[in-house]
Amino acid sequence: MSIDWQAFALTLQLAVAVSAILLVLGLPVAYWIAFSRWRLKFLVEALVALPIVLPPTVLGFYVLVALGPRSPLGRWWISLTGHTLAFTFTGLVIGSLLYSLPFAVQPFAASFAAVDRKLIAASATLGASPLRTFFRITLPLSIPGVITGLALTFAHTMGEFGVVLMVGGNIPGVTRTVSIDIFDRVQSSDYAGANATALLLLLLCFAVLAVVYGVNHKAWQIGPAGRA
Amino acid sequence: MYQAELANEKTATAPADPGAVLRIDNLVKRLPNQPGEFILDVSFDAAAGFNILFGPSGAGKTTLLDSIAGLAKPDAGRIAIGEHVLFDLLSRIDVPVALRRVGYVFQSLALFPHMTVEDNVRYGLTHLPDADRAQRTKSILEGFRIAHLAKRSARQLSGGESQRVALARTLVTDPSLLLLDEPLAALDAPIKARIFDDLREWNSVHGIPILYVTHSREEVLALGDHVIVLDAGRILAQGTPHDVMSAPTQETVAQLAGFENIFTAVVEAVRPERGTMTCRISGDGGPVLLETPLVRGGVGSTLRIGIRAGDILLATSAPVGLSARNVIPGRITSLDQRDVIVAARVNCRAMQPGLEMEVHLTLAARDSLQLAPGKEVWLVIKTHSCHLMQAHG
Repeated sequence: MSIDWQAFALTLQLAVAVSAILLVLGLPVAYWIAFSRWRLKFLVEALVALPIVLPPTVLGFYVLVALGPRSPLGRWWISLTGHTLAFTFTGLVIGSLLYSLPFAVQPFAASFAAVDRKLIAASATLGASPLRTFFRITLPLSIPGVITGLALTFAHTMGEFGVVLMVGGNIPGVTRTVSIDIFDRVQSSDYAGANATALLLLLLCFAVLAVVYGVNHKAWQIGPAGRA
Repeated sequence: MYQAELANEKTATAPADPGAVLRIDNLVKRLPNQPGEFILDVSFDAAAGFNILFGPSGAGKTTLLDSIAGLAKPDAGRIAIGEHVLFDLLSRIDVPVALRRVGYVFQSLALFPHMTVEDNVRYGLTHLPDADRAQRTKSILEGFRIAHLAKRSARQLSGGESQRVALARTLVTDPSLLLLDEPLAALDAPIKARIFDDLREWNSVHGIPILYVTHSREEVLALGDHVIVLDAGRILAQGTPHDVMSAPTQETVAQLAGFENIFTAVVEAVRPERGTMTCRISGDGGPVLLETPLVRGGVGSTLRIGIRAGDILLATSAPVGLSARNVIPGRITSLDQRDVIVAARVNCRAMQPGLEMEVHLTLAARDSLQLAPGKEVWLVIKTHSCHLMQAHG
C-alpha cells in the first residue's frame, strides 16, 4: 500500500491556485451582485449558481469543448502556445474556477450585502471614493464571509472529480488529482490503497476547514482588526 | 505633479464660505414605493446656526437630508450652499456624495465598528499630509472631550461617547453644512445639553448651517434659531421656534406643537379697542362663548381654536373673582395617569355634542381635589391661552 504523493501535491496546487484566482475574480463579481440595482440581476445570480446544480460531467464537457481546437478560445490558445488547453494543468484550473465560482461568490456577496448601508453612506459623506469605501469598510467587515468562501472553494476543489476527469483526464503529475487516484485504485481493486488515500484526503479537508472556521470565529468578531 | 497635488488639497481643505446659506429651491423627490406615493416638495433657506427640521415620522425629514447629502437623487429642483451648487436638474449638476462637503450624522451614528475612535475620526482626512491629519484629529478629539478614548474600539463606547465621536468624525472634515438626523434622540437631557454646548462652541468659530431633525417639541424650543415644520412632504410653517410653536397659524402645526384641544368656532363679536373678540362654540346644551385674542376675520367667520391641555385650570366649584375670562362647566369622564401628569377628559355639556376637552394636572392636584370620573368641574381658560388658526381644509 502506497500513497501517491504526487497526486496530493498536484491537488493542493490546484486548490490553492483556484482559491487565489477566485479571490481576485470573485470579489468584483460579488460586489456587483450585492450592490447592483439592475432589474435583470437575478439572471446573473442564476448563472453564477448553475455549477451547484449541474452534473460536473456536463460542465466538464462544455469546458472541454470550449478549450478544444473547435472553439474560438481553443484555437486562439493553440495559435498562441502551439498546444491545446485540454488535458493540461491550466485547463484544469479553468474548469475548476467555473465549477467553484458559486462557492466563492455567494458567501462574498452575502457578507457584502450584510454590511450596514449606513456605514457605506457615512464613508461617502466623509469624502471616500467607492474604491476606498470598499477596501476600508466593506471588505474588512466582510472578512468572515470572504474566509468562508475561500475555505469552501479550497475544499470543493480538493475533492473535485467529474470536471477533472472530463477536462484533465488522468496524466500523472499533470492532471492526476487525488480523487482520480482513488477512483483508479478502486477500479483496480486496490481497496487498501483507496482507503488510505481517501482517509488522508478526508482528514486534510477537515483540518483545513476546522482551522479556517476556528480562526474566523475568534479573530474577526472582537475589536478592531489587527490592532491590539 | 506637486502642483496638481497642491491644487487638489486647496479645494479639499479650503475653509467653508463663512455665512454661506443653504438654499433649497423647489426640491422634489418622489418615493413611488410608499403607499399612496409620497412626494417631498420643499423650498427653504437655512442660514448659519441651528435650523430645526420638525415633523412627525414619515414627514420626509430623512428623505430631505438624504437628498441634500447626495444619498438620494432628487427628481427636480436645486440645492446650493452659498455659491456652491450641489444639485441642479436644469443645468444637470449632481455633485457626487464624496465631493459635496456635507457632514451627515445619522440616527444610528454609523461609527466604523472595526476601527478605533482615532481611526474613525481621521477617516475623512486622507487628503492631508500625515502631520496635519494627526494635528487636526488631536484638536477635534480635545474639542469634543474624547481625547482619552482615542485608542478605544468604536464598539466599546457609551451612548454619549459614541455621539461625540460621530460628531467629531464629521466636523473634523470642515463640512460647509451639517445634517443631524436625530443623532441625540436616545440620550439623557443633561448629556445631550453638554454635547450641544460643545457643538455650539464649535460652530461659533465655523459658522455653518446646521440642519437638525427632531420630533421632540422640547428640543425645538430649547435649541433652534429657526424651525421648519415639515408634514407629508410639505413645509407647513417656518420661523423662530417661539413664533411657530406657541402661536401656530395652522392646525397640523398646532397638533405637532402639542395642542390637545382643537375645535371650530364662529366669531360672534370683535372688540378691537381691547384686542379681544368673542367666539361662539355651538353645542347641544346651548352655545358657549369664549373670549379670545383678536385676529383678522370679521363677525360670522369660522375659525379653529387650539388650547393646550396644560393651559387649562380645573375647579371643583364655580369659581368667582377671576381674571380669566372663560369659565366652562363640565363633567369628568376619565382620568389617565401618564408619568407624572394626569390627563383628565372633561365632557363640556354646553359644547359640541360628544366634544371632550383634555386637561393636564399634577398628581397632587388630582388627589387634593379628589377628582374622579363623574365629578362636576369648571374649566378656567385665559383669553391668551386660546390660539386661533386658519380653518383646516
